[in-house]
Amino acid sequence: MTVTISPTEVNFRANHDRRKLTTNIFLVVTFLATIFGLFFLGLLLYDVFQKGWSYFNWNFLTKFPSRNPSEAGILSALVGSIWLMFLIPFFAFPLGIGAAIYMEEYADRDFWINRMLEINISNLAGVPSIIYGLLGLELYVRLLEPLTKGRTLLAGALTLSTLVLPVVIIATREAIRAVPRDIREAAYSVGCTTWQTTWYHVLPMAFPGILTGTILALARAIGETAPLITIGALTFIAFLPPWPVTTAVNEEGVVIVEKVSLGLNSFIQALQTPFTALPIQIFNWASRPQAEFHAVSAAGIIALLLVLVAMNSVAIFLRALLQVRK
Amino acid sequence: MAVQSTRGFAAYEAQRLRSKWMDRIMRVLTGAFAYFSIIVTVGITLILIYETYHFFNELAEQGISWTQIFTETEWTPLFEVPKFGVVVIVVGTLMTTIIAMVVALPIGLLSAIFLSEYAPPKLRAVLKPTLEILAGVPTVVYGFFALLVITPILQKMIPGGDAVVAGLNALSAGFVMGIMIIPLVASLSEDAIYAVPNLLREGSYALGATKFETIVNVVLPSALSGIISAFILAVSRAVGETMIVALAAGQSPILNFNPLDSVMTITAFIVQVSLGDTPTGTLPFFTIFFGGFLLFVMTLILNVLADWFVRRYRLMY
Repeated sequence: MTVTISPTEVNFRANHDRRKLTTNIFLVVTFLATIFGLFFLGLLLYDVFQKGWSYFNWNFLTKFPSRNPSEAGILSALVGSIWLMFLIPFFAFPLGIGAAIYMEEYADRDFWINRMLEINISNLAGVPSIIYGLLGLELYVRLLEPLTKGRTLLAGALTLSTLVLPVVIIATREAIRAVPRDIREAAYSVGCTTWQTTWYHVLPMAFPGILTGTILALARAIGETAPLITIGALTFIAFLPPWPVTTAVNEEGVVIVEKVSLGLNSFIQALQTPFTALPIQIFNWASRPQAEFHAVSAAGIIALLLVLVAMNSVAIFLRALLQVRK
Repeated sequence: MAVQSTRGFAAYEAQRLRSKWMDRIMRVLTGAFAYFSIIVTVGITLILIYETYHFFNELAEQGISWTQIFTETEWTPLFEVPKFGVVVIVVGTLMTTIIAMVVALPIGLLSAIFLSEYAPPKLRAVLKPTLEILAGVPTVVYGFFALLVITPILQKMIPGGDAVVAGLNALSAGFVMGIMIIPLVASLSEDAIYAVPNLLREGSYALGATKFETIVNVVLPSALSGIISAFILAVSRAVGETMIVALAAGQSPILNFNPLDSVMTITAFIVQVSLGDTPTGTLPFFTIFFGGFLLFVMTLILNVLADWFVRRYRLMY
């Protein structure tokens, strides 16, 4: 038996095939677009490791920068970044988490000034980082000079803390908002104040989310370069902040511990020393003309990426750990 | 018995008062923290306006006409005879931004479509975080990549080589900036596309439309406000991006429209001055705040516009 196909059906079939084909081509195009970015991420990582791996060794991590590429090390930048990593949470986290608690738990959202607060924070998150550098230069380096002593670790930490503040607030608010309404209502119904509800019920539940969000914000701060350059962080530092140990360099250029100094005075002194950080050092080496320094820069990038991967892993690990407990 | 219960009541009353006061203190304290963010905004605005005022003051004092800013075609605030043709750095900024957008907008949107409409859940769960890594790479690393990887590749690919493609050029900086911005466009557009209810898609399929036809005629128009807002935020991000252009786009003080040549962006100029030993209170020092002011105004307008778009044209289902 033969099946007769009417002319209209032939048209329909042809049209159908063409439309099917368009859909499938579109699938391939969108897939390639998704892969496009990842391809360049791969190329970037390949190139960095290929250029920098031979320079990335113990010597590199434990020496000060040098005019000679094979002698150059990243110690002062690494220590500077670690200092920032511990100082930024000290300023940004209480302020950011506190602000988020106020906005989620206390503020009356219909009140105009609180609406302004919301708009203000989303706008602050969109301000280019270099503008925070200008703010830091004027406010923390010049106006607060008696406290910060100019272009120092403290000024850098304050600048970066201001930069990540909106990010911390937004992340914390999201974590707090994820806590179900029932929890709050149950607490209120047995007579808890807003603060008791927040402190004993909302915050413990939101904690994994807050922790992850804030660590990711911190990772962003550690990778920032522009604000630190703007406030005038130096690119060549051959000493370490004098806490917890004061150091010196011996004849072979190796950094040695001179004495342990755990006092408060040396801590304050450390806050007020000029500093450098990993991204600044990388920028400095990359902008030099010699290819050897580019390789050193690539080694610096490996160090920076390892620090960031470590921070992200800690965030993911802590979240998994705390969520299992709950 | 009676005494005991009174004592119990007194203890309860004291506890209640303590809780109440604690609540009030924390309300004021966290409120102060929240309003600190407004102080930051006001601080940024005041500082930029104040120093820009000083910039114009200093110009007048040195006998330079402020109209020069609009008429001059060179930007050389650090030279012996400074020239302030702001068009140079504005054009530089716009050029790298446009190049970045040519890369980021289509690729980002197509990725968003793939992730939300085509990708099976398992693939999406892998691809999405991987794409987010692109946004987590520090910008100085992208600068390194543009300068030392993409520029040499461009010099090999484009006929003429080094003679045509400068070692520092707008194209490689803009291109890499585009790659950096892909995840921003992708994730914001995806949110907008995801918010389109399935009912609309199913209605379209029921009429016999293919997936492609559904996406183009139904899904994208419904998500348009969110997608446009994502695009505007991407532009804002590109305008303010610093390290990639500071490393790879150069510091050309002359007006230039050739993307294969060096340009200077507003941000690259601020970095250039900050790296040198510019004493505070001099004309170049005030100039970086003038640059910052321009940048702040540009990004603020874009951010407000993006927000307005989402609010104004959001379709309610």
